[in-house]
Amino acid sequence: MPAWLTRQQALIDFTLASLARRKLKNLGLLLVYTLIVFLLASVMLFGHALRREAAAVLKDSPEVIIQRMVAGRHDLIPPGYLDRLGHIRGVQSQQGRLWGYYYDPVVKANYTVMVPGPDAASPVATGRVVVGAAMARARGLAPGNLISLRAYSGRLFSFTVADVLDHDSELVSADLVLMTEADFRAFFEITAGHYTDIVLSVANPQEVRNVAAKISAALPDSRPILRDEVLRTYESVFNWREGIVLVLLAGALLAFAIFAWEKASGLSAEEKREIGILKAIGWETGDVLKMKFWEGALVSLTAFLLGYVAAYLHVFHFASALFEPVLKGWAVLYPRFELTPAVDGLQVATLFFFTVFPYTVATTVPIWRAAITDPDAAMRG
Amino acid sequence: MIELLNVRKAYNQGRSNEFWALDGIDLVVERGRMTAFRGPSGSGKTTLLTLVGCLARPTSGRVRLDGRDISGLPERFLTQIRRRTFGFVFQQFNLIQGLSARDNIMLPAYPLGGDGRALRERAEELLVALRLGHRGDARVEWLSGGEQQRVAIARALINDPEVVIADEPTANLDSALAREFLAIVEGLKDQGKTILLSSHDPLVTEAGMVDRVHSLRDGRLVTAG
Amino acid sequence: MWSRRVQRTLALLAALAAAFLLTCADTALAPEDQAAARLVARLRLTDLCLFTEARYTRHPSQADLHSPFQDHPLALEHFPSGSLLTPPIPHARLADPAASAD
Repeated sequence: MPAWLTRQQALIDFTLASLARRKLKNLGLLLVYTLIVFLLASVMLFGHALRREAAAVLKDSPEVIIQRMVAGRHDLIPPGYLDRLGHIRGVQSQQGRLWGYYYDPVVKANYTVMVPGPDAASPVATGRVVVGAAMARARGLAPGNLISLRAYSGRLFSFTVADVLDHDSELVSADLVLMTEADFRAFFEITAGHYTDIVLSVANPQEVRNVAAKISAALPDSRPILRDEVLRTYESVFNWREGIVLVLLAGALLAFAIFAWEKASGLSAEEKREIGILKAIGWETGDVLKMKFWEGALVSLTAFLLGYVAAYLHVFHFASALFEPVLKGWAVLYPRFELTPAVDGLQVATLFFFTVFPYTVATTVPIWRAAITDPDAAMRG
Repeated sequence: MIELLNVRKAYNQGRSNEFWALDGIDLVVERGRMTAFRGPSGSGKTTLLTLVGCLARPTSGRVRLDGRDISGLPERFLTQIRRRTFGFVFQQFNLIQGLSARDNIMLPAYPLGGDGRALRERAEELLVALRLGHRGDARVEWLSGGEQQRVAIARALINDPEVVIADEPTANLDSALAREFLAIVEGLKDQGKTILLSSHDPLVTEAGMVDRVHSLRDGRLVTAG
Repeated sequence: MWSRRVQRTLALLAALAAAFLLTCADTALAPEDQAAARLVARLRLTDLCLFTEARYTRHPSQADLHSPFQDHPLALEHFPSGSLLTPPIPHARLADPAASAD
C-alpha cells in the first residue's frame, strides 16, 4: 500500500479515536446533521419528481380547452358554441366536456364527476359508475356495490359501481366518478346542448396560439387554456412553496450552522493544548490540518450519504409518508401514489456542496491558527 | 553528536517585554551519554532543551546535529529531523486526555504512516517493557502519576529515537517513583541512547549514571562538572 | 488496513456510497408511469388529483385568478393546500394581449 495512503489511514484512525472520546455528543451531532440533510433532500426530491411526473402524465392532456366566463365566473357553454368553433380555420375537432364537483356529506369529501369522452375505450353503462380508488376507499366501495347520491336538486340517485379505476393511475384519478352523459345531465340537471367546457384539437400544433387568438376574437366571453399552460402550471407547482419550506428550514439550518460552528471551530483551551502536544511530538502543521479535515469530511460525508439515501427511500419507496399530512390538508380523499424516481443531478450536487463543504471548512480552517503555533509551546506551557 | 555554538534565544524580541532566555551557550553533547542540566527555574534549562531537540530555533548562534547545521532549517525539515531523532518526555507528561494509553503511545508514529499492525506490536512491546501491559486500553487520566510518566516515556520511544530528552522528569514524582524513572533511563542509556535531562532535583543530578552535569544561571553556563 | 476502527469506518462509508449508487441505478431503471398517462388521454384530464379541497386546488390549471376569492371579495384563503400551491398563474395570451385577463 502506498505510504501516503497508510498515512491518511493513520490520521483517520486518530480522528476516530478522538471523536470516540465524546461519543454521545458526536453521535448526536451526526444524527441532527443527517436529519437536516434528510429533510432538505426529501423536499427537493419530492418537488422535482412530482414536477417530472406531472410533465410525463399530462403530456397527452387536451390541446386546447375553451371555458366560458360570465361575470368573472366559469359558466356553462351554451348551445351553438360547438358549431361556431367548428367554423374557425385550423380547428380539427371539437367536443364538449361534461364534468363537475359533488360534495358527499356522508364522508365529507369532494368528488369530481365526469363523463368519459365518446371515444373512451370502455364506456360506462347507464345507471352505473366507475369510481376512483381513493373515493372507493373513502366509501368502502367494490365493483357491484350500490351507491346512493343525493343530487343538488334534492333527488336521490342510485348507481351500481361497475369498476374501480386502477391504482396505478391514482395520481390523476383518485376522486373521479365516471357516469354516462344522460346520467350526468339528470344528476346535475344540465339541459342538452350545454357543456362544462370544450376540448379542441388543432390541425397544426404550431398554430395553437393563432387558433386561440381567433377563438378569443370570435367568442369574446371564452377563455382558451392551452396544453402548454397546463404544463406550465405544474412546472411551477411547489416551486414557490419549496422556497418557503426551505426558508423555514433555513431557520433550523442556521441553528445547526451555529451549533456546528461552535462545535467545530470553537477551539477550547483543551484542544489548543492537544494540538500543541501533537506538534511537540513530531506532527507537522499539515498533519494536524489533514487530521481535522478527515474529521469534518467523515462526519459530513456520512451525514450526507445517510440523509440522502434515507430521503430517497422515503420519497420513492415509502410514498413520502412524512409529507402526507401536509399535502392532505383538510381533504378527505388523498391519492396513494408512488412517484417515478427522478433525480436532478445538479440539485444533488448543490445539496452535497452546501452540506459537506461548509462543515469541513468550519472544522479545518479555525485549526489553522492553532496549528501554526510553535512546537515548543507545549514544553514552555 | 550535538554542538551548540554561541547560541542565544530571545522571547518577545523587539517588544517591551523582551527576554533573553539563553545568552551565549557553547556546548557539546556526546552520543551515548547521559547529560543533565541543573539550575533554578528561569535559568534557561527548558529553552536549552527545546533548541537541542529542534522544537525551536535559536535567535542567533548555531546548532549542529552530527556536524550538520540545523539552526537555519525551515520548520518542515526540523519536524522531520525531530521525529526521527528525538523523543520527548515532558514535565506535565502532555498526554492527550480521553485517549487510551496505547493510542497515546502510538501518536508520534501516526504522521509517518507505515504499517499499523507493526506499530501496534511495537506499542505492545513498550507497554510490557514499562510494566503497563494490563493498562493499554485504560484512558490516560485514569492512570496514576507513575503510570502516566511511563506512558510518556513509551511515547518518546515509539519512533526509536537516538536521543531522549526529559524536562524536569521527576518534578511530579515522589522519591520512589523518581528512582524508578532513573532506573528506566539507565536501561535506555545501556541500549546506547543519548539522554538529556533538566532538573533541579539533586536525586537526578547527583545520580551515578549521569555522565555530565551542566549548571545554568540567567541563561549562561556556570560550571561544567 | 491501519486498524479495525479505520476498516469499519471506511467499510461503512463504502456501503453508504454503494447505497447512493443504488439509488442512481434505481432512478435510471425506473419505468415511466404509463397507466396514468393513458388515462389522461382517454378521459381528457387536465390536472393531478393532489388536493380535493377546493376547485382551484383540484384543477389549478383550469382556475382563473378570481377563483380563490370569488365567493366573497374579502374571503381569505383558508384551505391548507391553497398555501402549498401557487395562486393560479395568469395564462399568457401572447397572440392577443387584449383578450380577457385571467
